[in-house]
Amino acid sequence: MASDTLFQRITDYAHRADPYPLYAELRESRVARQEDGSYLVGTYHEIEALLHDPRISSDRRNRTVPDETEGGTEGLPPAFIGLDDPEHHRLRGLAMRSFGPPHTPGRIDAMHGEITRIVKDLLTGLRDKDRIDVVDDFAYPLPVTVICRLLGVPIEDEPRFRQWSDAIVAGIAPGPDEDPVERQRAATEARKTMALYLGGLAEKRRDRPSDDMLSAFVGGDSTDGQLTQLEIMTTSVLLLIAGHETTVNLITNGMLTLLRHPDQLARLRSDPSLMPRAVEELLRYEPPVQMLPQRTPLADIEVAGITIPKGVPLILMLAAGNRDPERFHDPDRFDPDRGDNLHLGFGSGIHSCFGAPLARLEAQIALNALLQHLDAPRLTEDPPPYRRSPVLRGPRHLLVERGA
Amino acid sequence: MRDEPCDGRIVIVGASLAGLRAAEQLRKEGFSGSLTLIGDEPQPPYDRPPLSKQVLLGMVSAGQTGLPQRGDLDAQWRLGVRAVGVDPIEKRVLLADGAEVPFDRLLIATGTRARPWPNPAEAALDGVFTLRTSDEARRLAERLDAGPRRVLVIGAGFTGSEIASACRERGLAVTVAERGPAPLVGALGGTLGALAAKLQRAHGVDLRCGVTVTALEGNGRLTGAQFSDGTRIDADVAVVALGAVRNTEWLAESGLAAGPRGVTCDAGCRAFNMYGIVTDDVFAAGDVARFPHPLFEYQLLSLEHWGNAVAQAEVAAHNMVNPGPRRIPHLSVPAFWSSQFGLNIKSVGVPTFSDQVVIAQGSLKDARLVAVYGYRGRVTAAVSVNQAKSLEYYERLIETAAPFPPAPGAADRIESPAPVPSDVPDPKMLSHGPTVALTGHLPDRRLTVVHPAH
Repeated sequence: MASDTLFQRITDYAHRADPYPLYAELRESRVARQEDGSYLVGTYHEIEALLHDPRISSDRRNRTVPDETEGGTEGLPPAFIGLDDPEHHRLRGLAMRSFGPPHTPGRIDAMHGEITRIVKDLLTGLRDKDRIDVVDDFAYPLPVTVICRLLGVPIEDEPRFRQWSDAIVAGIAPGPDEDPVERQRAATEARKTMALYLGGLAEKRRDRPSDDMLSAFVGGDSTDGQLTQLEIMTTSVLLLIAGHETTVNLITNGMLTLLRHPDQLARLRSDPSLMPRAVEELLRYEPPVQMLPQRTPLADIEVAGITIPKGVPLILMLAAGNRDPERFHDPDRFDPDRGDNLHLGFGSGIHSCFGAPLARLEAQIALNALLQHLDAPRLTEDPPPYRRSPVLRGPRHLLVERGA
Repeated sequence: MRDEPCDGRIVIVGASLAGLRAAEQLRKEGFSGSLTLIGDEPQPPYDRPPLSKQVLLGMVSAGQTGLPQRGDLDAQWRLGVRAVGVDPIEKRVLLADGAEVPFDRLLIATGTRARPWPNPAEAALDGVFTLRTSDEARRLAERLDAGPRRVLVIGAGFTGSEIASACRERGLAVTVAERGPAPLVGALGGTLGALAAKLQRAHGVDLRCGVTVTALEGNGRLTGAQFSDGTRIDADVAVVALGAVRNTEWLAESGLAAGPRGVTCDAGCRAFNMYGIVTDDVFAAGDVARFPHPLFEYQLLSLEHWGNAVAQAEVAAHNMVNPGPRRIPHLSVPAFWSSQFGLNIKSVGVPTFSDQVVIAQGSLKDARLVAVYGYRGRVTAAVSVNQAKSLEYYERLIETAAPFPPAPGAADRIESPAPVPSDVPDPKMLSHGPTVALTGHLPDRRLTVVHPAH
């Protein structure tokens, strides 16, 4: 293993439960060139600067060496997360129109009651169980239900798109022990199938519009431009996946962290008003998106005295930046009272997380409800088994026993 | 200097943003002595940026822009009373009501007021307004509520343009009279000025550039205005937006370097006296201060920016309660923002300190862009229009005196025009020459006048 590059060790499943020592190693070199020509950046200030640097592209097609994660000519065009301005701005703006300000400022806030009801229903179903899996029983179904309602996707179809979603997420960042070509083929295929499925749903809304985002995508006035059918497909695939693959990890990582800090758990349990700040700290301490693997410099760029050449893969390790002692006092300490907490959990710059307000709301409601529901919860296995992805990192299962 | 800088008496004259933030910072840094804030307006500190935007749009009332206070200040507030002088020997601030407030250290944060219409009789017409204070905003908003037939805005700087924007958003007919060739040209130069002109006209503003208002007409009430090009309009409301006047008259006999250009201070916010000797007990911060900025050739800048008021107040407060070696300079890169006609304009650096400008990202056509300004081959400012997310990048270029024009490579550089002249006033004139730079006095009031008479 000694010959493995740092990035190989980070993505190695063996380190999934605790990648933080590797992140500390990364911070020491600030910018770490890998043998495959990619560059990792793991210090807060450097990441923050790069996220605001207009010379950094999010479009993989700008890579000098085409990378295997690109869908290829037969694949769909990238969603706005993989595009640069001005195209990114146009698409993100059109998608945001039915989600947030300025056109729909109250949308997420208005979901408070509905999210609370979904949470309550889920917990009611668990009332008689002494042992629950926080992931399968709670943290996964919640965001899936929420994003389905928001987009207008029938929740009955969940088993179908769960498979597609798994394949797509597996394609985002490979583990070293798998076949990258086959995985990419599967990811591209899944993305296409999911796109066709969501495109079909959107088509049906054209005649029977409802109060959901798919209806807004196909309807709406055309004064500010409109999404094409292809753009509707790529955008809704992005929103459906990003809307649940991340929040499930935020809730699960959050519960795991609280179980590891029983004093804080008890405090939050007795005072739910502390939860918003605790969620911010969780986004710093255990961010659901650990890294941004798809940036590419459009010019030779100097970072911390090292020149990152144009066209190479540039990987920004958000989770490493979040624990940078040059930015955060005592960064490895979980401190829900932390005042200065401008974390990178939602990224920053033009691609800063579209769904951040929804993720915050879901996590706050979910964790508060879970703490109220569980008496003296006990973690049965620490560390728990993790999901494969080093990018969207979180436990696959989190078994918790109710105390006596 | 006292041995214990954390006690004694500190007096802050000026109870607006800079004064309040300085007071908060003093307590945060452990100042435990007596703290007095003096302000000529009767209400507690409030925020000004909303006055020309949300307040005129009726989204909030003028009384609702109060600034939140962070923590208990344990301060004595003397509001609604004007400071009229400083006795630098006995260390007392003299108030209009005859009272005297003794100090060990003084912070001058008296800011600016709206420049009045030069003809007092015309200025007194009902319907003629300025906009700087909460009270002025309330009265103007009330008049706009009444539905005037036409509003005349005199001056198309940021305040004037924001007022015109708010009026158009309310559906009111607006004429804007600007002496320069385009709106905002004095602050942002020709390229963005031309964009602003296009947008104002697209939003239905009757924009008249290259003209001045020669007379406001009326008999008790405003009825119209005459322009230097011989034309005239009917208008029942006129807003005079001709910039600001620094509130320094009260310091005329203080012996400080205070004049129409502000109170001159060093990088640590310590005021100079009129002989160029730095004081150690009088500090200045906010719109009223002028200070040397290393990024702009140590020219003495006075900035009417919200962010500068905050940053400078915090530096001043820190230096008021810390011994020399622990003092810090006020070096923050100037920054401001404006919203008007659907545009979100943000600026870093000093756009007027430039000879060239280039559109580095986006395009004028889409009204979404970043314009980067350079002076003698280095980046000195950047202004974003509806695209603020990469301003941090340009701020770093400014701080490091990076070469101008900036290297290509921006992801959304869809036009690649060559730099063009920035069409701003001569940057060398920012400080108006060394004779007056230090004292702040105009050249007709030289240092020979030790105690200038009124």
